[in-house]
Amino acid sequence: MVKNQEFLKSKASYCLDLAKKMGVTDASVTVGHSISETVNFRNKSLEASDRSDGLALSIETYLGKRRSSISSSNLLDENIKTLIEKCFETTKITPEDEFNSLPDKNLLAKQISSLNLYDQTRFENDKKIKYLKDLEEAASSNKKIINTESSFTENKSNFILANSDGFCDGYKTSSFTTSCVTVAKDENSMERDYEFSSKRHLSDIKQASDLGNKAAEQTIRKLSPNKIGSEKINIIFDKRISKGMLSVFASAISASAIARGTSFLKDKIDQKVFANSINVIDKPDIIKGMGSQNFDSEGVNSNTLQLIENGILKNYLVDTYNGKKLNLQSNGRSGGTTNLYFENGNISFEDLLKKNSKSLYITETIGHGSNLVTGDYSVGATGFLVEDGEFKYPVNEITIAGNFKDMFKNITLANDLEFEYSVNSPTMMIEGMTVAGK
Amino acid sequence: MSNFFNKSDLTRQDADKLVSETLNNCDDGELYLEESKSESILLDDNKIKSSNYSSDLGFGFRAISNEVVAYSYSNEISKDSLKSSSENLKSTLKSIKGTYNHEIPKSNKRFYNDINPIEQKTLDSKLEVLNKVNKFLRNKDGSVKQVTASFAGEQKSIEIIRSGGESLTDIRPLIRFNVSVMLEKNGRKETGVYGIGGRQSYDDYLKNDNWKNVCEEAFRIASVNLESKPAPAGEMKVVLGPGWPAILIHEAIGHGLEGDFNRKKTSAFHNLMGEKVASEGVTIVDDGTIDNRRGSLTIDDEGTPTERTVLIENGILKNFMQDRHNARLMDTRSTGSGRRENYRHIVLPRMRNTMMLSGNQTQDEMIKSVDKGIFAVSFGGGQVDITSGKFVFNCTEAYEINNGKIGSPIKGATLIGDGPSILKEVSMVGNDMMLDPGIGTCGKAGQGVPVGVAQPSILIDKMTVGGTKL
Repeated sequence: MVKNQEFLKSKASYCLDLAKKMGVTDASVTVGHSISETVNFRNKSLEASDRSDGLALSIETYLGKRRSSISSSNLLDENIKTLIEKCFETTKITPEDEFNSLPDKNLLAKQISSLNLYDQTRFENDKKIKYLKDLEEAASSNKKIINTESSFTENKSNFILANSDGFCDGYKTSSFTTSCVTVAKDENSMERDYEFSSKRHLSDIKQASDLGNKAAEQTIRKLSPNKIGSEKINIIFDKRISKGMLSVFASAISASAIARGTSFLKDKIDQKVFANSINVIDKPDIIKGMGSQNFDSEGVNSNTLQLIENGILKNYLVDTYNGKKLNLQSNGRSGGTTNLYFENGNISFEDLLKKNSKSLYITETIGHGSNLVTGDYSVGATGFLVEDGEFKYPVNEITIAGNFKDMFKNITLANDLEFEYSVNSPTMMIEGMTVAGK
Repeated sequence: MSNFFNKSDLTRQDADKLVSETLNNCDDGELYLEESKSESILLDDNKIKSSNYSSDLGFGFRAISNEVVAYSYSNEISKDSLKSSSENLKSTLKSIKGTYNHEIPKSNKRFYNDINPIEQKTLDSKLEVLNKVNKFLRNKDGSVKQVTASFAGEQKSIEIIRSGGESLTDIRPLIRFNVSVMLEKNGRKETGVYGIGGRQSYDDYLKNDNWKNVCEEAFRIASVNLESKPAPAGEMKVVLGPGWPAILIHEAIGHGLEGDFNRKKTSAFHNLMGEKVASEGVTIVDDGTIDNRRGSLTIDDEGTPTERTVLIENGILKNFMQDRHNARLMDTRSTGSGRRENYRHIVLPRMRNTMMLSGNQTQDEMIKSVDKGIFAVSFGGGQVDITSGKFVFNCTEAYEINNGKIGSPIKGATLIGDGPSILKEVSMVGNDMMLDPGIGTCGKAGQGVPVGVAQPSILIDKMTVGGTKL
């Protein structure tokens, strides 16, 4: 069983009391407990089971404008005492930073509404095994599939965040995640692809056979790929890639990147950074949302933020420290975005495919080719050549490249948004990118 | 050495007994105990942004029978906790019986000293170096707009208890010093990053004001990039510089030669043992035994002493990298490559220091032989799709080559290639093998472990460069 609030609260107040006794001016502590159980399958039989049970503690101590932090997994009182002493000693010799402080008291979350983020259902390992058997049975039904690997993870977590201004709250969350990776082979190539589902509540997880079939289908269609020539081309990003563009955007508008001057979106507030039709929203209070939260990692209340309105940048993601640097109030985004999404476009998926006589549909990218300072983008890619709305053949060993500043302004979105993850996007088309191949 | 039992109600005798009892009917497994102490100190935006100290303690209990691995970890070292882990393992393996393999090789060689780098340098003197770095770079040139510098230090103590009470221990120090600088000139911004590190004390790496060299290198890379032009797009010849560019070897070849992917036949290399996979003259080893290197280990995380494993000899595929589990199932021996990020993770076969050995050509000869291509000197990260064999890595410093001469610097671009065939495209191997500066972390299945790479300059006849200029 995951530890209850009382246990975590008692540890948190032990830390705060001890720190205050030593003479810190402010302190903040997070205590968390998490239990995870995973079952792994391969080729329709049990491969591994893995259980983890972990406590985690992190403390920040302040002495005026001096700050330092410690973290530990060892919650024995004796160890906590040694660590807080060490933390306090370090704080004393750490130079002052005028922007260091706990969050403003009046921004702290006051009321916690239930977002239904915890499902207490226990999915026994035997049931996980049954689920994975069904999943792999479906995934391997086509002879071209030569290897299947799948897993099911159940996680239950609880945490308390407390600070010396009297904030003390936390809540339980759960997640159920299942994934399937399949390998297909024909006379020309061997390919791999995957499908996964992750939900707060067990009953929302995709049906095993659907997940297995989807993984297999996505893998088989990649067999016998071609390499294409180097050219300027319109690129359509599958949803699993287009949501990555949102993550890049979120990193580029974090107050830390803006304050440090290391973002290509610095000083762009109230300016057009996306195509006119684009709206980007970050909504923390979606019921059962994978990214939902009642408050951010500092205890600050978080409300829905419209980040992009009709193509115009309206907000950065602001935490206390960087907010003070930028002279902005925290908007409860210490720790980043919550449930981030593009609003739907007004063209169907099918029409998007037909919009150009020839386009490249990307289903996977590899590499770390996003440069947030310059906006340059260059990654390895796998996908399909699309002609007149039809998938013609799979393509691999190519790269796609551009610059986010241009790419964002040339986005067209389909109207197929679904709320599956913490970051969600419809299918996306970007015109005029460069593909390098033969 | 950490005594994992002195603050617990669990005695070593209890632990030995429970381990033997749990693993009695299994093929393999162990109790892995770990204590780590780590620090990170970061200077950013003219200030000491954070100083963090962290301590972690826990165990991972593993039992293996046939192909099934059961694993349970906890950060509470106690009788109850170990007992409940044991029950958990037994319940997973209840219907599968094995015969425990007690054999584990021994060696007295050690590749680093039992130091705690965190305690060997005072916080004050670390802060002083970081402040000097900031001042030095900002005074150096008006184009310097941002400086980030950091120290990261760690000491990890491990103990492995096997069935029958055999115990194996190791103490592993690790440090890293890193500098990143952003320049702005005529409205353009570029960053340069450089770092050094390994398994010695901070001062071993910082003597003779070596921090200045790290600053100069980061500054030089950023300056070069300020002048960079759009990179070309398409297939062309690529000359790789020595040292860190060997992450090409790590991605293109290394991951595909890890035992697990080959046992499962999901690696593009699984049926190529004994075959020619590289040009003649190409020899690649994975070596855990180089003194004080970031990827070196005295014993791996299963207790096997590390070694120098020849992967490819003169173009021919000779060995995979193995942990005990995959070695047993493939009827071979562990190469001391069983590693895990920490006690929270299962052991996987991983790389240590992966190196292509020197040949006898010069970098000059390579450049002169290229009509149109690029010369890549430094890289960011890389990634590979094991199954299709396609891999990428990102240039952070590269130049055009035109008619045998090095031309303008080009913008960061991704290079993409095919693992099983790329080494057949190597047409020249340089005589200038160099180790990387000690900064690599390899990610696999969500686990990061420190690794090293090395190579001489090489010429690759055909590779796709992912620029924007057609």
